[in-house]
Amino acid sequence: MNDHQSTFGRVMEYFQNNMDWVIELTIEHIILVGSAIMVAILIGVPLGIYLTTNKKLAGTVLNIAGVIMTIPSIALFGIMVPIFSIINYGIGFVPAFVALVLYSQLPIIRNTYTAIHNVDPQIRDAAKGVGMSTIQRIFKVEIPNTIPVIMAGVRTAVVLNIGIGVIAAFIGAGGLGTLISQGITRGYHEMVISGAIAISILGISADLFLRFLQKLLTPKGVS
Amino acid sequence: MIQYNNVTKVYGDDITAVDQVSLNVNEGEIVVLLGPSGCGKTTLLRMVNGLETITDGDILFNGESIQSLNEIELRRKIGYVIQSNGLFPNMTIEQNVTIVPHLLKWDQNKKNERYEELMSLVGLDAEDYRKRYPHELSGGQQQRIGVIRALAADPPAMLMDEPFGALDPIIRERIQDEFLSIQRELNKTILFVSHDINEAIKMGDKIALMKNGQLMQFDTPSNILQNPANDFVSQFVGQDRTIKSLTIHFVYDLVKTIELKDSLSSSATVKKASLDTSLRDILGFVLESEEQAVAIVNEEQEIIGYLDFELINRYMVSLSSEDDPVRVP
Repeated sequence: MNDHQSTFGRVMEYFQNNMDWVIELTIEHIILVGSAIMVAILIGVPLGIYLTTNKKLAGTVLNIAGVIMTIPSIALFGIMVPIFSIINYGIGFVPAFVALVLYSQLPIIRNTYTAIHNVDPQIRDAAKGVGMSTIQRIFKVEIPNTIPVIMAGVRTAVVLNIGIGVIAAFIGAGGLGTLISQGITRGYHEMVISGAIAISILGISADLFLRFLQKLLTPKGVS
Repeated sequence: MIQYNNVTKVYGDDITAVDQVSLNVNEGEIVVLLGPSGCGKTTLLRMVNGLETITDGDILFNGESIQSLNEIELRRKIGYVIQSNGLFPNMTIEQNVTIVPHLLKWDQNKKNERYEELMSLVGLDAEDYRKRYPHELSGGQQQRIGVIRALAADPPAMLMDEPFGALDPIIRERIQDEFLSIQRELNKTILFVSHDINEAIKMGDKIALMKNGQLMQFDTPSNILQNPANDFVSQFVGQDRTIKSLTIHFVYDLVKTIELKDSLSSSATVKKASLDTSLRDILGFVLESEEQAVAIVNEEQEIIGYLDFELINRYMVSLSSEDDPVRVP
């Protein structure tokens, strides 16, 4: 190996030699974060909509979600391990998945709640006045008109989770965090840097993809 | 068709928004709920389609208590127009206009036909607007769409909450005229909220004037103007109530009770006006004419007589001395 080679050169070389493995870890990372987000949306969006009809509960739920966000990620993953040991899933995918679902709740619930709460009362009134049922009003009027705000919450959650997902490697859930955790224990700097770069690229691409998806989902008449 | 029986609405424990109101809207009639803001007129309107609950009393729609009817079905039978037009930003103009037929599950052809019919009713090109969105339209166009959306499923009754309130005066006047000519054909039963006495006089077959949740007077525009039931009413209609009432009286009303003059003292030519000119316009012509008179012509443009200040004066005096109107304490 050439001693005068730059760090950048050595990182590039690492990527070239370990391409297959890096791609495999990226896919693991995407599956972990992606499945956690799907479940987080399925919980957070309906919950956010429901909370607009129950202000007292809204305060409590948003506070709890806020508290979860303040727990350091390494601690939350740590808590998951003993809890899931009870059902023999102490390490690996399951505890990491659950931790990520919890972390996603605040941005998703809060944005959905705020968005639906701020729907122009005149438009809500008109929807009731033309004889829509509650379900029709939510799906035909309230959600379509608030897609940009709800999607902004999802984007925040995704980017957040891609970063936090790194810690998942420490409890054996794999993903790009593996490069960083192994790199640190082996004192292998190029490996750590490669991991960091791969995560950044994944985060930026995910955000771009979601922006595109947001545009696609937003009805034309909604600015 | 819409009958309020001692309707009361209390918010919280002690804020009475509507106090024991009874009134009757007959089929094909426009009743304007008029009054200053906070007088309960909008609450009164929104109780008909269940957007506000009724604390006490009852409202009958076609003889049935609205509290016994299914709220959703009732709303689909009553057109609803609001001030900010309430169009759904995420839907195209076509989807907005046909939303009630859509909820009623009409088939596509029927919806399409109805859409085209309604657009021509307000003079908008159906094809041009079909795929456009509300924010691309001007305020006046949006409000026209708001009105035809309410008409889409051909409901027997309409509730209109200051429907033209957000428009500038010129557009407002034009849309009011348009709407009145549509109404002459459709004969809907309409409850119309307004805070503008001029609009109320122009649009209403009857006016219900409200104050602090109570009905002050429920009567025809001309009776409200000529015979205000109390100080509040006369104050609300203003010192110029006689001038205002000239707008709703036409030459053809006047000739029923008063004979036009056969000739004028001088032989000078005067301005001609037809039988369906309002007395307000006639007064304007009289004031600017040296002869202080206007020639009234029939449909064949033949002069049937002359109208001057004295005759208008005699007519207006005869109106205010008519029998007492129905008074509400």
